[in-house]
Amino acid sequence: MERQGNAPQDDIPLVLASEGHHGPVIHASNRIARGMGILPGSRVVDMRAICPELQVEYADQAGDRAALDRLVLWARRWCPWTVRDGDNGMILDTSGSDHLLGGEAAMLIEMETQLSLLGLTSQLAVAPTWGSAWALARFGPVRSICMADEIPHKLGPLPVAGLRLDGDTLLLLQRLGLKTIGALMDVPRLSLTRRFVKAALASNPLMRLDQAFGRLAEPVASVDAKPRFMVQSRLAEPVFDPTPYLPQLCEDLCDALQHASMGCRRLHLTVYRTDGDVSHVDIAMSASTQDPIHLHSLFRDKVERINPGFGFDLITLAAGGVEPMHVVQKRLDGDVEDGLDLSLLVDRLTAKFGTQAVSRPTLRASHVPERAEGRVAALSTPPQPVEAASHNRPIRLLDIPEEVRVLYAVPEGPPAQFVWRKQTHRVTRYAGPERIAPEWWRDRPGTRLRDYFKVEDQTGRRIWLYREGLHDDGRGGDPRWFVHGMFA
Amino acid sequence: MGINVTCMQSLSLQKYKFGQWHQRAPIKHTLSEIFPETVTDAAAIGYILARLPRINAPVLWVQDRVSYRETGRLCLAGIGIQRPIIAVHLSRPADVLWALEDGLRCRTLAAVIGEIWGDPAALNFTATKRLAMRAEAADVPCWLVRHAATPNLSAARNRWRIGSIPSTAHVYDTHAPGESRWSLNLFRSRQAKPGKWTVTYDRTADRLDHITPLRDGAMAARDGTTRQRATG
Repeated sequence: MERQGNAPQDDIPLVLASEGHHGPVIHASNRIARGMGILPGSRVVDMRAICPELQVEYADQAGDRAALDRLVLWARRWCPWTVRDGDNGMILDTSGSDHLLGGEAAMLIEMETQLSLLGLTSQLAVAPTWGSAWALARFGPVRSICMADEIPHKLGPLPVAGLRLDGDTLLLLQRLGLKTIGALMDVPRLSLTRRFVKAALASNPLMRLDQAFGRLAEPVASVDAKPRFMVQSRLAEPVFDPTPYLPQLCEDLCDALQHASMGCRRLHLTVYRTDGDVSHVDIAMSASTQDPIHLHSLFRDKVERINPGFGFDLITLAAGGVEPMHVVQKRLDGDVEDGLDLSLLVDRLTAKFGTQAVSRPTLRASHVPERAEGRVAALSTPPQPVEAASHNRPIRLLDIPEEVRVLYAVPEGPPAQFVWRKQTHRVTRYAGPERIAPEWWRDRPGTRLRDYFKVEDQTGRRIWLYREGLHDDGRGGDPRWFVHGMFA
Repeated sequence: MGINVTCMQSLSLQKYKFGQWHQRAPIKHTLSEIFPETVTDAAAIGYILARLPRINAPVLWVQDRVSYRETGRLCLAGIGIQRPIIAVHLSRPADVLWALEDGLRCRTLAAVIGEIWGDPAALNFTATKRLAMRAEAADVPCWLVRHAATPNLSAARNRWRIGSIPSTAHVYDTHAPGESRWSLNLFRSRQAKPGKWTVTYDRTADRLDHITPLRDGAMAARDGTTRQRATG
């Protein structure tokens, strides 16, 4: 089945292109372009030479796939088991449901009619196995119907491309002179086994043949449609404030979620204004929940952001990020579950102060102290544990190192005295230097190295300061000194 | 991260006579205020980290904007990553109090720590009373670090003034600062008798040790300030 959408004109050669290794290649073409010999896989520039008036659009493959996924669910009108097959196919397990539509031939006509009403062209076939249906739909006669005992007879004259094999294997079979499935069937089974003993399924003609003939099982694993949870409140006359309706909406939504044993991670509150506009507020939770009081509390400061215009008469509350959630009682005394309690706290803090304010510091692999720390979402686990660089690090770090005036005895040596924040600190003890070179793969050229000293002043304050650069290192004037942190 | 409770035991010994100490009620976690002696002194933070309970629960750490700018943030490489920290950076002190109070509703946290700069109007007796009662109800320790603040009226059960003092000599390097030493001054407390202590913090063992003050005043005064070596 090929997606045509609403193509502009059938008499204009139109192709969809996708990016290939050496420029765009053709992904799909319309009927007139195919008639001119423009086939998928060839390069766009070559085909422009054949046909100068060729129209090229870029293909939206992810969008096509998503559309096909929706179509798979739409096709449940004919039978309960449907699944997407590759990028351009659909498999329907119609066993036991064809008689409801008046037999298989009538069912195929009904399907073709309905799909053409959607603007889709389709190639349909009924066969006992997935493989034979695939081959017949693509290479067989129009709306072919194949009974269980007719498979060898019907598949025999079809080309070997009907066996869902990859390009290399097809080329190999062509070189061996095996052009049709019938020719391949005539080859002794033992020879085929010996030749393709280690091949994977997609490049193994024998296994593909077995699948097509039903000797190898290939069941239809049908996907389930995701349920949609949405509640709404229709108002008799336009209002400006949704707050009084929120508790009931949250409760209704959570009832529906609890009934389905589901929890949600996001909430979308939408108001439909009388002037035809829509305004919405979205909130997100750190763990899936179905607790109406908690959901309602997250809206507390957000509702003011809704722009009511001249009032609105419809409020909807939709749940996003729906996932299964089973309520279990973990403790006999009925106390709240540990992790849940914490996630509720993070939700409250995030809802009030924003996602930027709440975070979890994690270590990163870097020698430069300010880069050795990153921030992740509060309840996420860090991607990979990084060992702390050394134990000689302060417990407080200033975000922006503060420049200090320093007296020193020898140029490369420790400071003797420094003035920081208008206070004179006399150095009584020091440890260092610890030299940290710039990370050349990240820093700009000309970044100076740092020599870190842990110093203690006369009152006992332990301070981490560094000298940026060396004398005569050719990267600026005299080195400058900065305070970067405090030890306990 | 943890602490031995030498300090609190000695306090309780002062309060109760021998033979009766086992009858005392267990000390519940409550609100404590810490006034660092200077702004650029991280001893108060070190003391809080040393007093965190030895459980692997997360810590909620809330800072207002000025204290973040003036005293920096927590450096993870320096404190180790034994437990997750939920860091919250807010602009107004009133928001910090709100976040602390909200955090104290959650019993699974190991501690709730707030840092507030100066004496904002929001941090009055009522606010500290609310924090103290919440902390006692949830049995979660709550520490309020008050940078550059005056110890005015407050309902905090324990009020400390903490500063660094010159460290002990390093074992292998006479020039280098050794183990940290802090002066602790518990100037108001409802649970124990106020007093002053000098402690060293042993980082590798994660332990606080008392130091008996040296009787020889000359020796004590020389400690750490001179770089003379014994000759001959």
